[in-house]
Amino acid sequence: MAEKTFKVTSDSGIHARPATVLVNQAGQFSSDITLGYNGKNVNLKSIMGVMSLGIQSGSEITIKAEGNDADDALKAIEDVMKKEGLGE
Amino acid sequence: MSEKISGIAASAGIAIAKAFILENPELTIEKKRVEDTASEINRFSAAVEKAKGELQIIKENALRDLGEDKAAIFAAHLLVLEDPELIDAVKTKIEGENVNAESAMDEISGMFINMFEQMDNEYMKERAADIRDVSKRVLAHLLGVQFSSPASIAEEVIIIAEDLTPSDTAQLNRQFVLGFATDIGGRTSHSAIMSRSMEIPAVVGTKVVTGKIQNGTILVIDGIDGEVIVDPTEEELVLYRKKQDQYKEQKAEWAKLVNEQTTTSDSQHVELAANIGTPQDVQGVLENGAEGVGLYRTEFLYMGRDQLPTEEEQFKAYKEVLEKMEGKPVVIRTLDIGGDKELPYLDLPKEMNPFLGFRAIRLCLEQQDIFRTQLRALLRASVHGNLKIMFPMIATLVEFRAAKNVLLEEKEKLAKANVDVSENIELGIMVEIPSTAVLSDRFAKEVDFFSIGTNDLIQYTMAADRMNERVSYLYQPYNPAILRLVQMVINAAHKEGKWVGMCGEMAGDPIAIPILLGLGLDEFSMSATSVLPARSQLSKLSKTEAAKHIDTILNMDTAEEVVQFVNENF
Repeated sequence: MAEKTFKVTSDSGIHARPATVLVNQAGQFSSDITLGYNGKNVNLKSIMGVMSLGIQSGSEITIKAEGNDADDALKAIEDVMKKEGLGE
Repeated sequence: MSEKISGIAASAGIAIAKAFILENPELTIEKKRVEDTASEINRFSAAVEKAKGELQIIKENALRDLGEDKAAIFAAHLLVLEDPELIDAVKTKIEGENVNAESAMDEISGMFINMFEQMDNEYMKERAADIRDVSKRVLAHLLGVQFSSPASIAEEVIIIAEDLTPSDTAQLNRQFVLGFATDIGGRTSHSAIMSRSMEIPAVVGTKVVTGKIQNGTILVIDGIDGEVIVDPTEEELVLYRKKQDQYKEQKAEWAKLVNEQTTTSDSQHVELAANIGTPQDVQGVLENGAEGVGLYRTEFLYMGRDQLPTEEEQFKAYKEVLEKMEGKPVVIRTLDIGGDKELPYLDLPKEMNPFLGFRAIRLCLEQQDIFRTQLRALLRASVHGNLKIMFPMIATLVEFRAAKNVLLEEKEKLAKANVDVSENIELGIMVEIPSTAVLSDRFAKEVDFFSIGTNDLIQYTMAADRMNERVSYLYQPYNPAILRLVQMVINAAHKEGKWVGMCGEMAGDPIAIPILLGLGLDEFSMSATSVLPARSQLSKLSKTEAAKHIDTILNMDTAEEVVQFVNENF
């Protein structure tokens, strides 16, 4: 299992377009991937799950991946977070 | 037997084609028990795949015609159909409860719709509508009901609808949609404005068109006289094909005026400009030979997204418009949001009377960070062309002075940071509130120009909501009360050596044009497609002669008398 916590740095937090990018990336992997925010955990492959959290700028999120390609998945998501200026 | 239905002529031209009825199908969901759950799940998956195929096409059309921003909405729709929380939940329900796919999909998507609707955030509430849209598409496939999505049209048709929403028009394939007719709407409704910018014939406000027309019926749309002919006879078809040819000839005649100046029969020059909403509209402005942009509505930069546009995004848009216009005047109006134009991400409270409420300059003066960002972008772009800045909804001189001060402060900050700003930016205001028209002699001493916004000026003067069908008879551009206000503004400006434009629908109206010419209006700004007909009309009018009739017109009692006089004398 791989796990990493990010601080959300984009001005508008994570919804709409950024959420689409993250979900698309997560969908490339077979591992189970979850996103934890404010005590809630959702499936990172679910656009409605991610959007329903209404993640605000400045908050912390934890991404967990479990499965064969867990490490690769987490690395790819980390890259997207940085590339899109979402968090670090 | 053919039948004639009358409506409002929204966009000129003649179209002849089959009817395509655009409607939201009634979906009746019945809960049924299924034994063979495996094949039910297959049926569900097939419907999802079909819906995804359609959305893919819509997304590509949107990307081609409307840009990446709008296409992103449909990318999100596609993701909803790939969402395991939704799709797997439906499959589990079918299998575990032995229910049919329709009821499983309806229940699960209903749960998500509810969840989003209850969120305390306007933006999230709107997402509920997205999910509803997507799940309807899947349900329609499951039920074998035709879901008449405008994006799925692949033959030449005339669209028949109750009304066309912005998302409908976003999905229209311009190659195949030859015209449209709607039940509701007027000359200034969204659908009418869209039809003019797409240059397709349209008749709106027919009240009955959806009730009287079947899918596939042959129709004629006469956007010149505002008529729809259902199932035309051979004779009528011949007649309308001839009318269509004549209109095309007239258009060709107008096209010769593209590179001409606008000159009246007594050799007076007036300026004909066009209204735009996005940088892409500049192409239409140039193709129609407009001499400038009389109104750039910057709201569109702020709409259909989930956060404010950055200074850089705005700078790029303004610079693009200024550069493409190659030194011709470009009047950019600062943010006019509020009223009927909402921005969910600003989270403004609902108002009883939004048109009389917290909007446009009122909002900008209070939420100054939004205003300052826009002004900086404008100032930075000013060196790339002939920029004029205009404030909307100014009601008092105090407001104008406050707004001007903010502009000067930003200008000074940029100067200190060694950023180039043009020294020749004219600063003007919209005249759309009666108090400003009445006090225009005082305003004229401080502004560089006026632009009369007739759509709002008329509704505020007559105290009648132009979208309310029951009082729409009070929307009277030719009422002598309105004409006297216009005269007051023009005279006040000319006394101080300032110029006056008009950027409402009235500026391109063939009945109003002779009166406005006679009143001495300097600049007429209209839909790009109205520019050439207006230039042709103006070339046959004498300004001196028109001015002689003004006293008579302004002393009439009613709008009807004015119209009759214009028809008889010009």
